[in-house]
Amino acid sequence: MRLIKTLLAASALAVVLAGGAYAKTFVYCSEGSPEGFDPAAYTSGTTFDASSRPVYNRLVEFDYGKTTVHPGLAEKWEISADGLTYTFHLRKGVKFQTTDFFTPTRELNADDVVFSFMRQLDKTNPWYSYTNGISYDYFVSMSLPTELKSVDKVDDLTVKFTLNTPDAAFLADLGMDFASIVSKEYADSLAKSGNQAQMNQKPLGTGPFIFVDYQQDAAIRFKANPDYWDGAPKIDDLVFAITPDASVRAQKLKAGECDLIPYPNPADIADLQSDADLKLDSQEGLNVAYLAYNTLMPPFDKVEVRKALNMSFNRDAMIQAVYGGNATPAVNPIPPTMWGYNKDTKNEEYNPDKAKQMLADAGVKNLTMKIWAMPVSRPYNPNGHRLAELMQADLAKVGVTANIDTMDWAQYLKQLGSKTRDGAMQAGWTGDNGDPDNFLAVLLGCDAVPSNNYSNWCDKDFNDLILKAKTTSDQAERAKLYEQAEQIFKDQAPWFTIAHSKVIVPMKKTVTGFVMDPLGYHRFEKVDKTE
Amino acid sequence: MLSFLLKRIALLVPTLIGISIVSFGLIRVLSVDPVSLLSGEHAMSPERHAELMHQFGFDRPIWLQYLDYVFGVLHGDFGVSITTKTSVLTQFLTLFPATLELSLCAMLLAIVLGIPAGIFAAIKRGSWFDQLATGTALVGYSMPIFWWGLLLIIVFSGGLHWTPVSGRIDLQYFFKPVTGFMLIDSLLSGQKGAFQSAVSHLILPSIVLGTIPLAVIARQTRSAMLEVLGEDYIRTARSKGLPPRRVVGLHAFRNALIPVVTTIGLQVGLLMAGAVLTETIFSWPGVGKWMIDAIGHRDYAVVQGGLLIIAVIIMLVNLCVDLLYAVINPRVRVHG
Repeated sequence: MRLIKTLLAASALAVVLAGGAYAKTFVYCSEGSPEGFDPAAYTSGTTFDASSRPVYNRLVEFDYGKTTVHPGLAEKWEISADGLTYTFHLRKGVKFQTTDFFTPTRELNADDVVFSFMRQLDKTNPWYSYTNGISYDYFVSMSLPTELKSVDKVDDLTVKFTLNTPDAAFLADLGMDFASIVSKEYADSLAKSGNQAQMNQKPLGTGPFIFVDYQQDAAIRFKANPDYWDGAPKIDDLVFAITPDASVRAQKLKAGECDLIPYPNPADIADLQSDADLKLDSQEGLNVAYLAYNTLMPPFDKVEVRKALNMSFNRDAMIQAVYGGNATPAVNPIPPTMWGYNKDTKNEEYNPDKAKQMLADAGVKNLTMKIWAMPVSRPYNPNGHRLAELMQADLAKVGVTANIDTMDWAQYLKQLGSKTRDGAMQAGWTGDNGDPDNFLAVLLGCDAVPSNNYSNWCDKDFNDLILKAKTTSDQAERAKLYEQAEQIFKDQAPWFTIAHSKVIVPMKKTVTGFVMDPLGYHRFEKVDKTE
Repeated sequence: MLSFLLKRIALLVPTLIGISIVSFGLIRVLSVDPVSLLSGEHAMSPERHAELMHQFGFDRPIWLQYLDYVFGVLHGDFGVSITTKTSVLTQFLTLFPATLELSLCAMLLAIVLGIPAGIFAAIKRGSWFDQLATGTALVGYSMPIFWWGLLLIIVFSGGLHWTPVSGRIDLQYFFKPVTGFMLIDSLLSGQKGAFQSAVSHLILPSIVLGTIPLAVIARQTRSAMLEVLGEDYIRTARSKGLPPRRVVGLHAFRNALIPVVTTIGLQVGLLMAGAVLTETIFSWPGVGKWMIDAIGHRDYAVVQGGLLIIAVIIMLVNLCVDLLYAVINPRVRVHG
C-alpha cells in the first residue's frame, strides 16, 4: 500500500513539475528591427508589430478580419450631433503591466488617456519632444494638430475629445497605433528620475504581452501578461527573431526555427505551399498599387492619352509575373474589401490596337516617356523593376518608347511629391485606418496636391464629394458619395490602377488562432500552438 | 622603433580630420534630408518640415553643424541616431563585437586554410593540387556572396540540418551580453549547450565571409612563395644540404610572409565594414548592415560616426601590420 501511495505521489509530482516546466514559446521571424518602442513616435509597421501591438491597447480596436472598430479600453462612447464632441467611457479595472523595471500602483484612468494625446498635441507638454529627436509624425500626418481641439478629463473614467471640424473617420483614427494609451504614472516616474528616454526603450502598457528585452537587430522578447483584461495569451513567451532576408525567413520556417513569418518572397510561396508541415493564410491586403501620371505635364494632361495608355497595359500578365498570381486586379483606388467600393466601375479593356488609335487621335506621335520603378519591395509592389519592364514592353507595342528610371527610396518619395516630375511613377498605399477617406482624400484630394496626390490631379466634382463624405456621419450615405467619386476617378483616369496584393502569411501547421489583421499588422494575443 | 610608432600615430590626426570632413560632407551631398523621411510614405507639410529641421538643428549653417559635431566627438559624443533616438556610440559598441567576432573567425579560417594551401601550391607548382587550389581560389573570389550564403543555408541547414539557418545563437538561450562576443558570453552564462550553439551558428557565416579572403590569401601566398623560392639564397640553402622543411618553413616562408601580411591587413579592413551582405543573410546584428540602412534613412549621425570609428579601427590595424613588418623583416627595423 505504501509503495502504491509513494508511486502515486511521485507521478503526481512529476506531472506537476513537467506541466510547470513547459513554457510555450512562439517565435515570430520579423522582417526588420523596430526603430524604437514608443508607438507614437514612428510610422512603420515593423515598429508597430514590436511595440503598439503586443504591449499597448487603444480606446477602440479594429475588428479582426474587418476594418470596423469595437470597444477597446473604452467600453462605450457618445458622439455629439454636430460631430465635434466624442465622449469615451473607460473600462474599469484595466491594469497596467507590472514589469521588472516598473510597478504601477493604480489602474488605467482618464489621466492616462489625456496624457497619451496631449503629449502629442500640446507643444508645451514636457513630453512633446522628450528625448533627442522624438517627433509625433503619424499624429501630424493624420492632420490631428489642426483637427483636434482638446482632450479633457471629465471624471476618472470619462474622457472628452473636442474637434475643430467634424471628421467621420476620427473614431477609426483612434484605433491606430499612435493612439496607443501609455501610462502617465510610468511617464511621471521616468521624468522624475531624469530618464525620459526610457519611454522609447522599455515600453509599458495594458496590452497582452510584457516587454522583457531587446538585443539590437537580433531579438525582442516578450512574456504573456497574466492580468490582461481581454484574457491572458495562451502562449507564455513571444520572441521576435529579426531576419531581414525574405528567403532566409522561408528557410527558417521550413527548418522549424520560426513559427510564423511575414512577407515571403513571391518566388518562395510555391515551395512553402508544398511543405506538409506548413500552412499559408492569405487575405486581401488593404492596399493598392498604381502608376501615377503627372496630370500637369503634357501629354498626360489629356484624359484620352491617359486612357489610351491604360488600354495598352496587360494587367493580368503583370499580376502573374510580379505578384505570382497573388493579387486582385485593381479597378478603384480602394480595395474591394472596403465599404464604399463601387462594384459597377470598370477598367479600360486591354486593347493595344485601340490604344494606338486613341493616341494618334489625340495627336500623340512617337511619345517618349519615363517610367519610374519602385526601388524597394513594398507589400503592394514586390518587384518594381520587373513591373516596369513589363510596362515598357507593353508601351512599345503601341509605339510609345518608355525609359525606366529609379532612385533610392528617399529620393523616390521626394520625386513622387514633385509637381514638375517627368514621367509616370509607380506608387502604392496601405490604408491607415480602414476608412475610404484615408485613400481617396489623402491620395486624390485637391488639398493633397502635390504632397500625397502624386498625379497632381484636382477635380472639383470629385473633391466636393469626398469633402462632403468626410463630414457626414451616416456610413450608408458616405458610401454612396464615395461610389460616385470613384466613377469620376475612372472617367478621368489620373492613374493606371494595377493591383491589390494579397497578404500571405506562412506558418507551421501547429499554429492556431492567428487571424490576419486587415491593416497588415501581426498580432499574437490569440495564437496557440498545438503539439 | 618608438619614434616610428610616434610618427605613425601623429599621422593619424590629419587623416582623421580628413575622414570626418569627408563623411560629414558625403552623406549631406545625397539629396533628401533625414527629416522628410520621418513621416514615411505620408507627405510632410512645409511648416512641419521647417519645425523639425529646426528641432534637429539641420537649419544651421553647415560649418557650425560640423564644428558642433567635432566638439561632440572630442567629448565622446557621436550624436544620436535619428531613427532609434539612441546614442550612436552605444549602438556601435553593442553591434561591433558581433562584426568583430565574425570577422576574426572568417580571417582565422582564411589564414589557416589559405596560407598552407598557397605554400603547397607553390612548392608543388604545376601539380594537380596547384591547379585545384588556383581554380578553387578563382571560383571563391568570383562567387556572389548572397548566392553562396543562401546556397549553403539551403543545403546544410535546410536540407541536411547540420547547421542552424541564421542568428548568433539558439533563441532558447537568453543571457545579458558581457563582452558582446557570443563565444565568450555563452561560456560565461554557464547555460548548458549555449557555447555549442554559438559555435554552430558561426560556421556558415564564417565560411561565407571568409571565402574571398581565403582565395586572396591563398593566391598571394602562392605567388609570394614562388618568387622567394626562385631566389639565390634558397638555392644556396638547398645546396648547403639543409632539410627541405627548414628551407621552406624558415627561410622561404618568412620572407614570403611580408606581402602576405599586407594582404591580411587589407582584408581585415575590408571585413570590418564590408560584412553587410553576410550580416543580412545570416541575420547577424553587426555594424555593416547598420550603416547601410542608415544611408537609406539619411541617418547622418550614424553614417558619420560609424565611418569615423571604423576608419580609426582600420588605421590601427594598418599600424599593427606595419609594426609586424618590423618584426618579420629586420631591414625595416634598422631603417625605420
